[in-house]
Amino acid sequence: MYPFNFEYHKASSVSEAISLLNQHDGAKVLAGGHSLIPAMKLRLSDPGVLIDIGKIDDLHGINASKGAVTIGGLTTHSDLAASIVVPIGLSETAGTVGDQQVRNRGTIGGSVVHADPAADLPTMLVALRASFHISGPTGNRTVSAEDFFTGMFETDLEDGEILTAVEVADEQSGTGSAYSKLFNPASGYAMVGVAAVVTVASGKCTEASVVLGGLTPSVMVASSVADSLVGVKLEETSIAAAAEAVQNDLGSDVLGDIHASADYRRAMAPVYVRRAVAAAVERAG
Amino acid sequence: MATRIFGSSIKRREDPKLITGEAQYLEDIQLHGMVHAAVLRSPYAHANIRSINVEEAKAVDGVIGVFTGKDFEELPALPCAWQAGGVDNNANTPRVLEIERVTFTGAAVAVVVAENRYIAQDAVGLIEVDYEPLPVVVDAEEASQKGAPQLHENAPGNICMDWACGQEEGTEAALEEADVVVKQRIKNQRLIPTPLEPRGAIAQYSPASEEYTVWMTSQAPHVMRLLMTAFVFGIPETKMRVISPHVGGGFGSKIFLYPEYCLVAALAKKVGRPIKWMETRGENYVATTHGRDHISDIEVGVKRDGTVTALKVKTYANLGGILSTIAPGIPTTLYGRMLSGVYKIPNIYCQVLGVYTNTAMVDAYRGAGRPEATYLVERVMDLVANELKMDPSELRRKNFIPADAFPYEPADDILAGLKYDSGNYEAVLDRALEVTDYKAFRQEQEKARESGRYLGVGFSSYIEVCGVAPSAWVGVGGQGWGAGLWESANVRVHLTGQVVVTTGTQPHGQGHETTVAQVVADELGIPFEDVIVQHSDTLGTPFGYGTYGSRSAAVGAVAVYNSLQRIKDKAKLIGAHMLEASIDDVIYEDGKVHVKGAPTESKTIQEIAGQAALAYDLPEGMEAFLDDTAYYDPPNCTFPFGTHMCMVEVDRHTGQVDIQRYVAVDDVGRVINPMIVDGQVHGGIAQGVAQALWEHGVYDESGQLVSGSLLDYAIPKASFLPSFELDRTETPSPVNPLGVKGAGEAGTIASTPAVVNAVMDALSPLGITHIDMPLTAERVWQAVQQNGNGG
Amino acid sequence: MSRNVTVTVNQSEHTCEVEPRLLLVHLLRENLGLTGTNIGCDTSQCGSCTVLMDGQAVKSCTVLAVQADEANITTIEGLAQEGELHPLQESFWEKHGLQCGFCTPGMIMTAHDLLSRNPDPTDTEIRHGLDGNLCRCTGYHNIVTAIQAAASSIRS
Repeated sequence: MYPFNFEYHKASSVSEAISLLNQHDGAKVLAGGHSLIPAMKLRLSDPGVLIDIGKIDDLHGINASKGAVTIGGLTTHSDLAASIVVPIGLSETAGTVGDQQVRNRGTIGGSVVHADPAADLPTMLVALRASFHISGPTGNRTVSAEDFFTGMFETDLEDGEILTAVEVADEQSGTGSAYSKLFNPASGYAMVGVAAVVTVASGKCTEASVVLGGLTPSVMVASSVADSLVGVKLEETSIAAAAEAVQNDLGSDVLGDIHASADYRRAMAPVYVRRAVAAAVERAG
Repeated sequence: MATRIFGSSIKRREDPKLITGEAQYLEDIQLHGMVHAAVLRSPYAHANIRSINVEEAKAVDGVIGVFTGKDFEELPALPCAWQAGGVDNNANTPRVLEIERVTFTGAAVAVVVAENRYIAQDAVGLIEVDYEPLPVVVDAEEASQKGAPQLHENAPGNICMDWACGQEEGTEAALEEADVVVKQRIKNQRLIPTPLEPRGAIAQYSPASEEYTVWMTSQAPHVMRLLMTAFVFGIPETKMRVISPHVGGGFGSKIFLYPEYCLVAALAKKVGRPIKWMETRGENYVATTHGRDHISDIEVGVKRDGTVTALKVKTYANLGGILSTIAPGIPTTLYGRMLSGVYKIPNIYCQVLGVYTNTAMVDAYRGAGRPEATYLVERVMDLVANELKMDPSELRRKNFIPADAFPYEPADDILAGLKYDSGNYEAVLDRALEVTDYKAFRQEQEKARESGRYLGVGFSSYIEVCGVAPSAWVGVGGQGWGAGLWESANVRVHLTGQVVVTTGTQPHGQGHETTVAQVVADELGIPFEDVIVQHSDTLGTPFGYGTYGSRSAAVGAVAVYNSLQRIKDKAKLIGAHMLEASIDDVIYEDGKVHVKGAPTESKTIQEIAGQAALAYDLPEGMEAFLDDTAYYDPPNCTFPFGTHMCMVEVDRHTGQVDIQRYVAVDDVGRVINPMIVDGQVHGGIAQGVAQALWEHGVYDESGQLVSGSLLDYAIPKASFLPSFELDRTETPSPVNPLGVKGAGEAGTIASTPAVVNAVMDALSPLGITHIDMPLTAERVWQAVQQNGNGG
Repeated sequence: MSRNVTVTVNQSEHTCEVEPRLLLVHLLRENLGLTGTNIGCDTSQCGSCTVLMDGQAVKSCTVLAVQADEANITTIEGLAQEGELHPLQESFWEKHGLQCGFCTPGMIMTAHDLLSRNPDPTDTEIRHGLDGNLCRCTGYHNIVTAIQAAASSIRS
């Protein structure tokens, strides 16, 4: 299929992109295009104007300094998957997105802004308590990942704003992160995606963050699971027990389709929580 | 000759073009002045078309024309060439563009011709159709019930045909007498063939000669031309040339005459420019044929010792909203007649109701009827083994048709007069048991169960019917096929000894150019490189019925072989003349005609070809040139067989099935190119495994195809599948002089039940005996939940 | 609305005037006549259209031609050098890694990317590396064998 026609502008800087965005009503930002172009080809999306930010140098690259890692919005999944400075769970998550070709073009910024409930990166970024740097006509702001995702395909990003970078804390020793995913056999999207970040000290879990994707209209923080993990010696039985608490987090609004009904996803949630937490614990050392 | 070319794994000569991007598929063809067509399809599964407004679409810059069904009213509905034999077929077929009513989502209702495809698509979006939606039914059984929405006036109860084979009374009586009767409802879900290349067509019309040239993604260009000229356009076949360029896979779905092929030809004349239409994948899913979609109720009667005495089957076969070219033939002749499988079953009765529903047309998909039959028979064997607590391999062995029983005629009226040609079913089973070390697996399985792991092994001892088919058997007087099914070849030995073979069959990935050249090189005793095989163009090839039903070797290559015998006979006459010897004193051997007992007194085939072409000195009255055309009508079909075994582990917590080993022991008769045959088996297995585990064409209640794209229709990725372990035995077919049987569909036919049986074997401690396909993780998990979490 | 796009394809530079909505695959196939790159779907699943863009495998049906401005593209037609087939082409031929051939150009380009990241992959790594490429003919068996053979030939 072929997209509708549109007006195309290439921005060479963030400020130019913001200015172009604000000059054109309904304009959309084009980064890697791996969420947008497929929708445009099926004529499900018809932006009259596209602002291509793909060549803005400032938005590329991963920089680690002072205990934080800043990931430019245009960093591809492929680069993220190969990075040794980002938390292991994040590179692992990026490696499960789509396929090699999609990872070579798709970007962290694009994935985050699209806020597909079946996406992978949002889940892990919320678990890592990432913050998102946003530039707009009135200046820059930072929002936490958890606050950023407001619903299915809905975010805190205002019209005219661009997500420029994602910031996560360095993974300290004693902390481990992991992602476990039930793939949609056709599309490769997450039907259940669980991100877990745990910190272990003296054999016990001191901090835990578990987040669910694919299950609900927007990423969901599994605080019941995290609460059940903290203060406990993490081994097979205690992890399994904590994982069962995910039912308290899920609520009634679980997604379902021909590949996996809501009942099945709900039943699989603890399995994948268990796997993600166990892997994170192992990485925490 | 030292090494025979027949039987060796020669690298494919097709490949250099394919691995460098040089090969020309339909989409690659560019003609001067060519314009593009895009089709508007119905968003409703069942609706009357009240009116169509094309004005806005016509006004788009770059649009050349917008047409609706009324613009082609003079063209009749497409023919249905294979109707179920011996019964009424209430046939309804597509029109070039539907005029009054649509019966499935995706039916073509209008077309735009524009300077490029982007503009054509823009304009399609601007056509306004006023539909009156009608009630919808998508399930074949529901459609046949009282009160269901009616699709066609001439098909009360939505029944296209009510067909049966076998003996009803005898089967009922045998069921009465059986020690044990096992009943099961078995569904064979709808599949979407999904060749990687979608369908397309290009047409050009010459007003001066009144000739059409049509390029299309077809498995059978001659048949397409015949159907289009004789049944749709009403012109002599000489006024149309049909060419299949490289075809990117078909798996049955490119056998048929589709409305768009006729539409593009008609448009080329109307618009006066060459026109290309290439469907999108989305169109491929809604508007190209689907496969399978059966609901069957089976009853099987057995003695306590495991002897199967009766099999009764009632099947609802979903045919879609209208009939594709050979739709009714698939769930009848190619299905019901194969229900004896590899077993001696004395009483069989099968009734098939072919039913219209508001879904896409259903027709042949790789295996076509035989996978449905094999799945049913092989599931039955496991259900029986489970009921009698017998080992599934022993139950099969007990019921096998013995090796000395060939030619074997299955139960009365099942194969309608044909006989299984040859076979040794125990040999392939034994081989499979040996390769898999079956006993050791059973021990490992036992141990694994103790630790809560669920391993399973599944068998599939299959037979298929290939090399379709004797014309007298399959034709209108018998099985209802509206034509013959012989095959043709022309062999021409040029002046320098280079051989050009033209065939009526048409490859789309099978490697005919290589295998046919192997047959020729071997038979004539000439270098492989000296043989060229041409095909796929009605201009320059003899009429042939095309490639499907694993017939290109067992029928097509035999035509080549027969021509070669006559070429050799003539070469001998010329050689004897050149050697001044008597014809009775010469023989043809290793590419030469020589005097018996004096191999040095010889003339090479090249020398003879030169003499034949120059014709300076030929035996008196002989025509020049070595040139022969053969039309081979097989006396019987061929019946490949084998045993496949699949080993799985099932995760009872998630329902996920992991294939740990897949072993296939096939017997496809003599093998021309083992590498190519292995490749056919690999691909076939993958498609059959995919049916067992993942693929499912799903319609919702409103007739929308929910699995309408590759985002929702799960064809297997490389990471889903293991490597396959192949082995084979070779039981030559006595039907043809090459001894070949056919290999294109065996893998697909065999593998589906092997996988399902393996999963059921794994789950047997939980009391689970049947789950309908696809065995998605969720379905397996559900079954485990419902069966009490035991074990 | 049209824009100029300059791309280097198989080492030769082209400047084309295109509509912004033109997909890279159509630029390659229709503007430049490089029809070896095929189109098998419309949802970015099948991978038949895979080409190398600045050395990395991308699905050219999901890249706008304007996004490829100034990029270096390699298609299947550019893989053989001076008449010598690339080891991947050789091994696909040798190991019968193709049947209808429609997925093959994309499959080979993805394998090229895979081997550039991982010169000595396991079968499992190869299979996962091909998640973005569908083949309906081969069951992938001989494709995996072919890529292993190419990897071994490139390493030596």
